[in-house]
Amino acid sequence: MSFAENTASTRWTPGGQPDRLINKPGAIGRSLPRIDGPQKVTGRARFAAEVPREGLTYAAIVTSTIARGRIVSLDISSAEAAPGVMFVMTHKNAPKMEPPALFMTSPRAAGASSLPVMQDDSIHWNGEPIVLVLAETQEQADYAAFLVKVSYAAEPARTHFDDAKTKARRPETVLGQPPVIEIGDAEAALASAPHRVDRAYRTPRHSHNAIEPHALTCWWEGDDLVLHDASQVMHMTQWTLAGVFGIDEARIEIHSPYVGGGFGGKTMWHHHYLGVAASKLSGRPVRVTLSRENVYRMVGGRTNTEQRVALGAKADGTLAAMIHTGVTSMTPYNDLPEQFTFPIRHLYRTDTLFLEQKVADIDMVANTFMRAPGESVGSFALESALDELAEALGLDPIELRRRIEPESDPTSDRRFSMRNLVKCYADGAERFGWAKRSPIPGARREGDWLIGMGVATATYPYFRLPGAVARIKLAKDGRATVASAMHEMGMGTATVQTQAAADRLGLPFENVEFQCGSTTLSYFTMAGGSSQTATISAAIHEAALALTAELVKLAGNDSPLAGLSPEEVELRDGGLGCMGDAKRFESYASILSRAQRDDVTVEGESPEASEMMNYSMHSYGAQFCEVRVNAVTGEPRVTRFLGAFDCGRILNPRTAASQFRGGIIMGLGLALMEETLFDERTGRIMNPSLAEYHVPTHMDVPEIDVIWTDIPDPHSPLGLHGIGEIGITGVGAAVANAVYNATGKRIRDLPITLDKVLAAPIA
Amino acid sequence: MHFTVNAQSHELTLDVRTSVLDLLRDHLQLPGTKKGCNQGACGACTVLVDGERINSCLALAVQYQDREITTIEGLGTEEAMHPLQRAFIDHDGFQCGYCTPGQICSAVGMMAEVKRGVPSVLTDDLEAETINLTHDELRERMSGNLCRCGAHNGIIEAIRTTVAAEGGR
Repeated sequence: MSFAENTASTRWTPGGQPDRLINKPGAIGRSLPRIDGPQKVTGRARFAAEVPREGLTYAAIVTSTIARGRIVSLDISSAEAAPGVMFVMTHKNAPKMEPPALFMTSPRAAGASSLPVMQDDSIHWNGEPIVLVLAETQEQADYAAFLVKVSYAAEPARTHFDDAKTKARRPETVLGQPPVIEIGDAEAALASAPHRVDRAYRTPRHSHNAIEPHALTCWWEGDDLVLHDASQVMHMTQWTLAGVFGIDEARIEIHSPYVGGGFGGKTMWHHHYLGVAASKLSGRPVRVTLSRENVYRMVGGRTNTEQRVALGAKADGTLAAMIHTGVTSMTPYNDLPEQFTFPIRHLYRTDTLFLEQKVADIDMVANTFMRAPGESVGSFALESALDELAEALGLDPIELRRRIEPESDPTSDRRFSMRNLVKCYADGAERFGWAKRSPIPGARREGDWLIGMGVATATYPYFRLPGAVARIKLAKDGRATVASAMHEMGMGTATVQTQAAADRLGLPFENVEFQCGSTTLSYFTMAGGSSQTATISAAIHEAALALTAELVKLAGNDSPLAGLSPEEVELRDGGLGCMGDAKRFESYASILSRAQRDDVTVEGESPEASEMMNYSMHSYGAQFCEVRVNAVTGEPRVTRFLGAFDCGRILNPRTAASQFRGGIIMGLGLALMEETLFDERTGRIMNPSLAEYHVPTHMDVPEIDVIWTDIPDPHSPLGLHGIGEIGITGVGAAVANAVYNATGKRIRDLPITLDKVLAAPIA
Repeated sequence: MHFTVNAQSHELTLDVRTSVLDLLRDHLQLPGTKKGCNQGACGACTVLVDGERINSCLALAVQYQDREITTIEGLGTEEAMHPLQRAFIDHDGFQCGYCTPGQICSAVGMMAEVKRGVPSVLTDDLEAETINLTHDELRERMSGNLCRCGAHNGIIEAIRTTVAAEGGR
């Protein structure tokens, strides 16, 4: 492939030594409770919509009810005259705002779409904000918004997927990767293969549905903007806002210490620009809390996919051909094609391969990242098809995957930095009782319930982002503060990084304070692509090296360490020690006192992610599902679930288990109930509420078992891989495969609802 | 209007359209109670009124004058937590923490319902002296509180252990 070997060589690349902490016991690996737990369980954690401010005003947003066209008339007179209303903003009086810089057009661009915001009378999707009302209370704002009268001149909109599909186009890239890969002649190999599966799979739109709606509280202090946000991209928001308003980003301060769930959705949407603009125009602090309905209309989610997976196998169960193609809906104004072909690029050995992604232009709210974009729905199609192939071959599905396990990455040919997928299957099968599964569908029945088991591979790439900075302040009392503008959305970030920093600095956990959630701290990238933990761990590692060098300098010639270079010492036991010599040691307190320093502050930056350029770096897992399907009603109920994961070293088993479970539970939603219903006649979302968009409730969630290999990756900081997204991958297929095993009915169209189960023929 | 919240009395003039939820969050500076949907679908706004759980977003404040409203802030503090708050930490019954106050208030109300013998759709013996709080009963009774991070297992385990410690089943 096109990646140069050894570009920007760092300590994580070939020839570099593994992180010396990867196998070292310490705070890392301990199952510590969350440090923000007490605030959260007592209701003391302050979220973005809860920041108090004198003179606060409240916003309500009116959205369009057509998908494409123009506003002909906009009567805001009643709204303006309503009690408590300060101000009504429309395209006629909105300040000039530049179109947001679209995601990935620059490292700090966070615009969900490149469309201008409220600058003219044109409408681009059903649900686009057209009016913002500002009032003294939320009730007054909501009432006045209700009084706005709009008429439109509608234009033909692209809202039918089947129509748009006929004009589907290849995007230039799929998140920087080629949209097409061809190895050999896969169609010919498929045609001549003795065993074939060639199927179409469909997945619907999904909404993130974080329980905290998108919200912000903002105000201007002269030319300075203070923004309390619910964000997983703070520094990107800062840069993008600066561009939209034409101001210096140094004048924007963003705080987001608690985020009530993100999952890819807590990025930048219209309410950011509109809230900031309204505050500028009114001169008052503004709070925007999106109504739940407006979260669906103004914040995009996962887009729909239509996929073809064709597999050709030889008699020995190895693959002659793999084909994975398909189309997703996207807007012409964004560039996130839902990378459903990513799993097949790295998972299995095959003689020939063809993959291709296309997009169909649809007039809708810009779709975006949602937990494991691509891998979640791509793995549904691929892993369902493998299950179908296993049956065609008369092979156990786990045995099939053993036979197609590759030696190196099938598309890049790079070595795997770490890959223990076969072990995940073996460990998971034993613990789950896979041997009890009958290969014959419909073989197990208890009363009205048919019982089946299914399995599927989970996979997600390892990502680490360069550029993020960690700042360490070490005080002479042996306490350290580690700061970076990271995002704590419930992943356990603050807790886990306190553990990691403690071990890195050779300090007890109690002596380290970790600060995150504000742009006033050192620069950080984003909480996305499961990259945050690897990114900050690399930055802290660099900062610790800088600290070591600084301490050696400060220790000087009167120290037991005199004469040693930074390469010969390590941070341990609350001080600096000579490597390989337990006696040559001086405490931080002693070094700093003698140097007459109260503290020392250093910074370190996450370097170029050269490990990703040299190795195929992915996490893996095996998802096991037991399902009961009612023979009379078709109702599917997941009764047992186990995920066995290979995600490098696990830093905190308690928070990690919750991350894995959280992904799996969102996967159960994807498998069984979740669908954002898009009315193809009008482009309008039909179920914009938590009553009609079903997410798993307590009754839908069985006890979920999670295990992991805990084998460190020698090429990553701390031996870790990010774990936020892999949990959702493979779950859709594991459930669908279990439903098939229970009933003999193959559902290839998510979600697997009882009507589909009843209607499906027995294969 | 006059309200009693967490045993403190409040006198204030209020728009009659104000919900108990907005009363708490916007007027009494008690934002521990969360707004997730404002339409009774998610349970994040659950508070206790005279010991019973309600969705405060669906309750008009004017109708709740002179009743005992208890919010998450009234259940315990960081220094003196309610046993259920402690159990949520011990069992990792949350991630982002946004549905958490509602889950905890709901669970307190639910435990009182069980003590009073209030059945659920799953209760098989309506005449039994005590309700057997099985795993399914617990999950059914807590299903009005959505969690999107996927902390369900920890939430149910936190409640189960708290019920057990109080001598329930």
